[in-house]
Amino acid sequence: MDHIPVSWYLTLSAILFGMGVAGFIYRKSVITVFMSIELMLNAVNLTFVTFSYQNRNIDGHIYSFFVMVVAAAEAAVGLAIILTIFKNRGTLQIDDIDSMKL
Amino acid sequence: MDSILFIIAAVAAIGCGLNLVLQKHPISSALSLIGVMSSLALLYLLLGAEFIAMAQMIVYGGAVMVLFIFVIMLLNAGTEKRSDKSLFAQIAGFPLLAVLVVLLAFLIRETQFPSRILDVKFGSWVGGTAEAIGMKLFSQFLLPFEVVSVLILIAILGAVVLAQKEVD
Repeated sequence: MDHIPVSWYLTLSAILFGMGVAGFIYRKSVITVFMSIELMLNAVNLTFVTFSYQNRNIDGHIYSFFVMVVAAAEAAVGLAIILTIFKNRGTLQIDDIDSMKL
Repeated sequence: MDSILFIIAAVAAIGCGLNLVLQKHPISSALSLIGVMSSLALLYLLLGAEFIAMAQMIVYGGAVMVLFIFVIMLLNAGTEKRSDKSLFAQIAGFPLLAVLVVLLAFLIRETQFPSRILDVKFGSWVGGTAEAIGMKLFSQFLLPFEVVSVLILIAILGAVVLAQKEVD
């Protein structure tokens, strides 16, 4: 079997996105929640590249390139925020950071 | 050959993703995320996206993950402690998530794609070379490219300001 259906790639992307959602909801460490967001971004990138292949058009590559760039910037700012939270509160547990909770 | 490579990369990605979600220690999660990104780079190569595959390895697998691991080690982040505050998520979370994924897979399966090319064959289209991406990036997408450079400058400044010694 030499050909792989496009839907396999899309299904893999859906599974990875679902695992990112699960990690985002279930994990209690700020850093792991942040990594789950990166996993979701990666899954979306795979969808972009797959559709780009299907349409024989590299616009999808450009979009996923921009997603990567913005994700790198987001990682830098997000990790700086995590550093600040840890300095001010001394914890990385999501449940302990609830000062904006009603 | 193609399907073997795809299955290897897909199984590695799903296994590393599960490991990311299930591990208790942030370092294990970070290393699993590197595994996911490497297998995704292989999949990008199978899809003819050479430049994106290399950027994935260098930007994600290299720079971003080094940043993550650096922060984990800097903060000495230990094993996270379990807390059972949200009962709803614990009981209904995984079934709902399974429903979501099954629904997505069903939709993908049933969608009638414009049937020009339905199958992926390695090497049948290599459009994502650095040359092609560069030509497109510096002609059609020049304005977003420049805007993104400003965004990165702002991100650098923001990171420096946030991570300063004294934060009031």
